[in-house]
Amino acid sequence: MSGIPHDHYEPKTNGEKWLHSRLPIVGLLYDTIMIPTPKNLNWMWIWGIVLTFCLALQIVTGIVLAMHYTPQVDMAFASVEHIMRNVNGGHFLRYLHMNGASLFFVAVYLHIFRGLYYGSYKAPREITWIIGMLIYLAMMGTAFMGYVLPWGQMSFWGATVITGLFGAIPFIGEPIQTWLLGGPAVGNATLNRFFSLHYLLPFVIAALVALHIWAFHTTGNNNPTGVDVRRTSKTEAERDTVPFWPYFVIKDLFALAVILVVFFAIVGFMPNYLGHPDNYIEADALVTPAHIVPEWYFLPFYAILRAFTGDVWVVMFASWITGGIIDAKFFGVLAMFGSIAVMALAPWLDTSSVRSGRYRPMFKWWFWLLVVDFMVLMWAGAMPAEPPYSTISLIGSAYWFAYFLVILPLLGVIEKPEAVPATIEEDFDAHYGKAETPAE
Amino acid sequence: MFTKSGIAALVALSLSAGGAWAAGGEGHIEDVAFSFEGPFGKFDQNQLQRGLKVYTQVCAACHGLQYVPLRTLGDEGGPHLPEDQVRAYAAQFEVFDAELDDFRPAVPTDHFPKSGLETAPDLSLMAKKRAGFHGPAGTGLSQLFNGMGGAEYIYSLMVGYHEPPACAPEDFEGSYNAAFTAGGYPEECKDENGHPTVPGSWISMAQPLWGDDVEYDDGTEATLEQQAEDVAAFLMWTAEPKMMARKHAGLTGVIFLTVLSVLLYLTNKRIWAPIKGRKSH
Repeated sequence: MSGIPHDHYEPKTNGEKWLHSRLPIVGLLYDTIMIPTPKNLNWMWIWGIVLTFCLALQIVTGIVLAMHYTPQVDMAFASVEHIMRNVNGGHFLRYLHMNGASLFFVAVYLHIFRGLYYGSYKAPREITWIIGMLIYLAMMGTAFMGYVLPWGQMSFWGATVITGLFGAIPFIGEPIQTWLLGGPAVGNATLNRFFSLHYLLPFVIAALVALHIWAFHTTGNNNPTGVDVRRTSKTEAERDTVPFWPYFVIKDLFALAVILVVFFAIVGFMPNYLGHPDNYIEADALVTPAHIVPEWYFLPFYAILRAFTGDVWVVMFASWITGGIIDAKFFGVLAMFGSIAVMALAPWLDTSSVRSGRYRPMFKWWFWLLVVDFMVLMWAGAMPAEPPYSTISLIGSAYWFAYFLVILPLLGVIEKPEAVPATIEEDFDAHYGKAETPAE
Repeated sequence: MFTKSGIAALVALSLSAGGAWAAGGEGHIEDVAFSFEGPFGKFDQNQLQRGLKVYTQVCAACHGLQYVPLRTLGDEGGPHLPEDQVRAYAAQFEVFDAELDDFRPAVPTDHFPKSGLETAPDLSLMAKKRAGFHGPAGTGLSQLFNGMGGAEYIYSLMVGYHEPPACAPEDFEGSYNAAFTAGGYPEECKDENGHPTVPGSWISMAQPLWGDDVEYDDGTEATLEQQAEDVAAFLMWTAEPKMMARKHAGLTGVIFLTVLSVLLYLTNKRIWAPIKGRKSH
């Protein structure tokens, strides 16, 4: 296997040699944990560990919650109340799981935007990026189905609205929607399959995470300069890197502990702040809530979904050119999935030869505008679909697509990047000075 | 630069999330300084017992608490009634026992009865299924800093029965309530866009509390405001019976993790010291 030159595991005792010749698992773990890591990584490189922790937290709390939960339409809501009132520690487990989903998405958004800023998606890390996008999609599916399980009003109507999106696909939409729901409408079959898939998908995510880590351990981490680790010799590589253990493990654990202080404060003191009060009302197919809104982490994409109404000229044009097959609803669905698809295509849309945004004077502005755009879309997604919010959503959606489809390709041509340091060591020493004794 | 912006982004994220449910006509919600607000807030045991009395003698005529087991009235962190009182309290309700195929007096392991009146909503989770006030501008900041939530909503609903505004015809069905937003409006009280011109709306529940509806055992004067506050606190407890245990666990977690953070910070600094040279200028 290629990679950054470094010391590999050598079995020493007879027992170690015996195991290593049959199953080199200790070597695999050693090489993974001792991977040479660019020593200039900043605090935006901590989200990977936070995300790994979130996945573990959600799986562990989720497994225990599943022991007490009943996926049946007449009993689901009451079984959640049973967990909240009668199961030992159940109330805290449920709030950990509920807010754990929010922490998971906070971390994934910061992780994704870090990748976008420092060009982590660029060659040779395209596969890492694509796997990451698949993880993100699987997370969205898992979170959406998990939100249906408490069988509150927002669970039920959220499920109705989101599965209805698939119904907007021309010709095959309705059979797909029926197939997803297990019937003509959201009901017991829906609840059961969502429970089953909500339990399954996290393990698919875990497998994808393993691939994600494998991929970037092959290419090596990106770093704030975007400059590659020197690979010509072990000595040179060691001047650019430190082993992951203990340097980054301890640093990341410190960051994780600080983040968990905030997390425990939210779980302990205001666990329902991020939730919607309507979900404490049991699902009722006869009462539609005044405003159906998804959880906060879906709001930017929900805003994009709703932005393209029938009076927008691109929608009218698409409808005219396809003879009405693409209507406003289907266009919205295409835009929503398209907004993630264009992000996945970033490695091929970004034409700049410089990887890190740190050395791209024009890119920086457009990038931060994208961050602001994301926030604005999130806010607009929570607002009712009426002026001025619909116009704001439309402008926000337009910028999202323009960033990936127009600005990224153009910037690479017109922008004059600043000088990039020759090595990671140079960048590190510029910040911290040369170490008195060279690192081992 | 990125880190600071990241934190700012995180804060903005969490704040904008508060806007998730902000919309619709605004009701008039009053802020009450409940004892259970804030990280160190606790339920006032005497207040919960007073609230239980208001619930039992007034609300329970139509409403139920189907998710609340009667035995939890004896829980610490709740009304904390002695065991014999819990038993006696339970016995006033009749429950249907499928094994006996007959009605029998309730025991502490049974739940409170369901709503007797079909149109009266169950009150077990009322304090969590109403948002209270989510302003300003849908940010939820008011909830965050003043602790305005479902309990305030219940209080405001109880004291929100007023004379109908002048725009309404006298025979309009229901009672006018300044805190209630889910009800109907007479056409005369809407503007040209169909938006209501008055706070609140018309509710089908007649005014339940007037003052002196119950006689408190602890001698507290049973004013309308006092009773409204007590029953709101009691319903906060029925919605969130483990609140005190939760805050305790949260605080333990925060303290433990803060200590761990300090230790990891020092460890991290020490590990990195030989790698990071001193900056020479």
